[in-house]
Amino acid sequence: MILQAHNVSVRYGSRVAVSNVDLEARPGEVLALLGANGSGKTSLMRALAALQAHSGTIVWDSGRPPPGSIGYMPQDNGARAALTAFEVVLLGRMRTLGLRVGAADLAAAKAAMDEIGISDLAARHIGELSGGQRQMVLIAQVLAGNPRALLLDEPTSALDIAHQLHVLDLLRTATRQRGLTTIAILHDLNAAARFADRVALMTMGRLAGIGAPADILQPVTLEPTFDVHVAVDLGSDGHPVVLPLRARRL
Amino acid sequence: MSDTAAGPIAAWRAANLRRATLSLIGGALLLVSFSADVATGPAMLPISAVLRSLTGLGADPMLDAIVYNLRLPIALMAVVVGATLGVSGAIMQTILNNPLASSYTLGISAGAGFGAALAILVGGALPLPENWAIPLAAFVFAGVACAIVGSVGRMRGATPELLVLAGIACLFLFQALLSLLQFLASPEALQQIVFWLFGSLLRASMGKAAIVAGVLAVALPLLLKDAWRLTALKLGDERARALGVHVNRLRLRAFVIVSLLTGAAVAFVGTIGFVGLVAPHIARMTVGEDQRHMLPASAVFGALLLSLASLASKLIMPGTVFPIGIITALIGVPFFGWLVLTTGRVQ
Repeated sequence: MILQAHNVSVRYGSRVAVSNVDLEARPGEVLALLGANGSGKTSLMRALAALQAHSGTIVWDSGRPPPGSIGYMPQDNGARAALTAFEVVLLGRMRTLGLRVGAADLAAAKAAMDEIGISDLAARHIGELSGGQRQMVLIAQVLAGNPRALLLDEPTSALDIAHQLHVLDLLRTATRQRGLTTIAILHDLNAAARFADRVALMTMGRLAGIGAPADILQPVTLEPTFDVHVAVDLGSDGHPVVLPLRARRL
Repeated sequence: MSDTAAGPIAAWRAANLRRATLSLIGGALLLVSFSADVATGPAMLPISAVLRSLTGLGADPMLDAIVYNLRLPIALMAVVVGATLGVSGAIMQTILNNPLASSYTLGISAGAGFGAALAILVGGALPLPENWAIPLAAFVFAGVACAIVGSVGRMRGATPELLVLAGIACLFLFQALLSLLQFLASPEALQQIVFWLFGSLLRASMGKAAIVAGVLAVALPLLLKDAWRLTALKLGDERARALGVHVNRLRLRAFVIVSLLTGAAVAFVGTIGFVGLVAPHIARMTVGEDQRHMLPASAVFGALLLSLASLASKLIMPGTVFPIGIITALIGVPFFGWLVLTTGRVQ
């Protein structure tokens, strides 16, 4: 689905969280949303997922997104429940689940767990899992719904390096192969540089820049956004590598 | 080979079979408890004779009269009210995301208590016989309490915190009004009010049991229709919304259904505590929180608990029937403490 957001603003009372953002995303593309804490990334993503009141226009293809077409993964709230990982993934099939669970729903949940590589966790209770394991279960839940767009709020924040690479590669492959429109909020700038086709940088609710990682991940844009001195080099794979040096205010 | 090694789908199916079996075991225990409840009383009846009478195979009119006129209404009332309180407790704990939620938390029982006390106080002025006026007034004021809490929820987004706060406010309001009525009541009326507040199955009849069973028979399928959406609520409002659940609408819909359930249950038997709190916890530990399993299991374990309490109320002091609300509290508190301390899995 093609996303076209124009002049989007989100307000909480008198506080403006997102201000006049224009954004476009295309199928088969991964867009990383970057910015300091409180810069409005989650509010913007919730608006894109049609879960947040906003002004301006957000259009998926030619209108509102069909039910179930957006797979939105909020940040993990650590909710505990006496549900197995398989049941949590199965909930991703909410729109087709009935009192009797159909073979297609079971197969989709299993395929999503296999894809992420967490089938061995299927019978474990979600409350017993580590933060990283929970995060992978929740990614599988989103994939199980076979969405056409992925909106992921910090999908890898609790993962170790190996799982981070595995999950980000997998999401990028799924995005390409299935023609998904993927937008992910990330805090790891180097992961964003490797994983995303484009990055969007948010500062105080506004879009400070959007473009190829090599163009946006530069000291001139990053330093005012994160209030930190950085050095940016080019890695052996051609992606920019960001090295934080010191906080600007300290 | 572990369950998961056999494949997630096979493991899940095996877990579902295990859950259904555990609920069936609960149902079998309920049958035993129910039969013992019918058999127990001033005249102890042999279980075999009770079963013959219940299945229509007996030919003893005296026995049939005791079973059908005296024992069966009370034993059946214990089962249907227990099941109703179990289901309503499970739903309240789910929609409020609060393991301590029950009809008390939301002031529904307090509303019912005030309604009953009001009917007792103005008794003669009502156009209905007292036998029906008290439960009707209790039901109506349980509904008033629900309407107050639900209205606040509708106005401000029906978050669990808001509903609990509105419920607590409602609880204090009706407790204050109840205290006022008790202050104004004659000694005879006061005694009647206090007895009602204890909770008792002694005023049960087949007709009243059928009404409660009818409300449950309508409500349970409606709740089961939302089973997966209610299950999603356990992952938090934001994730449930992300899965396409209209959280506020679901919460208010479930709240209204549960309010009717609770109102119907407490209207006839008074305020019976702890069943609505403990039964869902037993169900959760036994079958998990897939609401397709948890709701029926909460009904079974709620019915079992109240049936056992009914039995105990007759055995503690032979010849005397203790108010069942006292029994459930006396059994429920240590039992709940034991559950929490020994399992550590009470959510």
